[in-house]
Amino acid sequence: MKIALIDYGSGNIQSAYKALELVSNYKKKISVISNSKDLLKVDKIILPGVGAFADCMKGLKSISGMIDILNEIVLEKKKPFLGICVGMQLLATEGKEKGNHKGLGWIAGKVIKIKKKNRIKIPHMGWNTVKIISKHPILKRKKFESYFVHSYNFVCKDKKNILATCNYQQNITAIVGKENIIGTQFHPEKSQKIGLEILKNFISWNY
Amino acid sequence: MLKIRIIPCLDVKDGKVVKGTKFINLKYAGDPVKQAQIYDKQGADELCFLDITASSDKRNILYNVVKKTAQKCFMPLTVGGGVRSIEDIRKLLLCGADKVSINTAAIKDPKLIKKSSSKFGNQCIVVAIDAKQIKKNKWEIYTHGGRKKTGIDAIKWAKKMENFGAGEILLTSMDKDGTKSGFDLKLTKKISNSVNIPVIASGGVGNIQHLIDGIKIGKASAVLAASIFHYGKYTLRQVKNKMKEKGIAVRI
Repeated sequence: MKIALIDYGSGNIQSAYKALELVSNYKKKISVISNSKDLLKVDKIILPGVGAFADCMKGLKSISGMIDILNEIVLEKKKPFLGICVGMQLLATEGKEKGNHKGLGWIAGKVIKIKKKNRIKIPHMGWNTVKIISKHPILKRKKFESYFVHSYNFVCKDKKNILATCNYQQNITAIVGKENIIGTQFHPEKSQKIGLEILKNFISWNY
Repeated sequence: MLKIRIIPCLDVKDGKVVKGTKFINLKYAGDPVKQAQIYDKQGADELCFLDITASSDKRNILYNVVKKTAQKCFMPLTVGGGVRSIEDIRKLLLCGADKVSINTAAIKDPKLIKKSSSKFGNQCIVVAIDAKQIKKNKWEIYTHGGRKKTGIDAIKWAKKMENFGAGEILLTSMDKDGTKSGFDLKLTKKISNSVNIPVIASGGVGNIQHLIDGIKIGKASAVLAASIFHYGKYTLRQVKNKMKEKGIAVRI
């Protein structure tokens, strides 16, 4: 089995790469992929993301054929897909960070700024309790703590796509999911044991 | 609910951990990668490396330390000290740092904060402020590891850095650093109430009560300490249990 970690120039993929190697016991092939053709041969895809929504989308688009091939293998061939942080936000129809920008549109919804309430600090940065509201094969616990760092929140059009939330004076979407697609707002690769567990479950997930 | 973060800090010189008093008199104390792994196991919420290597030709040693740490510890890692350019930031991020802390270079060229935060995201850019009290309710910023005064007001500077795109402030009181007598709580509270981004309190921690005060009185989002963890006075576990007992939301 081949697992692809997409490198589109968005910050640090080193930790995600090392975490995936570790949880697969160095037995499965983790490939860092930065061209669209190589993606056709993989079984699972992970899209990390750090930075602004528009910059990340631009990064993906700048790789020739990448969006088309992603659409083909994720939407048509139903290969398991995991988006992390901005990689999860890109699943939305639209992102509202620094203007309006189109996302991949795989899960209907908008990514909007976290509401400033009761003197909370933005970015939402640190460990927060994630509560699972809808069962999923890669989520084995009902409640756990994970590391978040973001200023925007994915508001799903269809509530059933929200698999988990956390509280920050408002509901923050922590995990989205739809069929073979899943996305975490938090960073599993930075969430110590619990995060590694989620990555491990993703690797062994057969959709 | 978002938890308060407890951040052990490692001062690194030529690839070795050191801990000084009031920014001078450095004591050598060990391998940063091993120490980071110990903190990781104990349940640290984040790690911070501050590089105090003087010569820039030894910079590669730091990159290696960051790389090795990121391969072993799957937790947030902030690296600071001697970060001068977009290229420096990129290199650290590629080695596996999640956030980069910038001090002297931000004062020399505040636009570096604007440029870097729009390039890598606000969450990546931590502005480090070393402040010294000059009179009642007035603090001034120092650079170059506390050797040069700037004449800049700490509170005004924190607000400006927030506007320029900093995602977090790492606030060190130079009067308190190394004294083990607690944070400068007035300073911490003033800065924390003046900005909308998280503030990490640093400088002066000698016991657990100091950490509690930093949160409860200083209103910090995170607390950073070096020597109390380093010399094994407390484990992170002990600190967190005690803080939880006192009603602070920590991750156990």
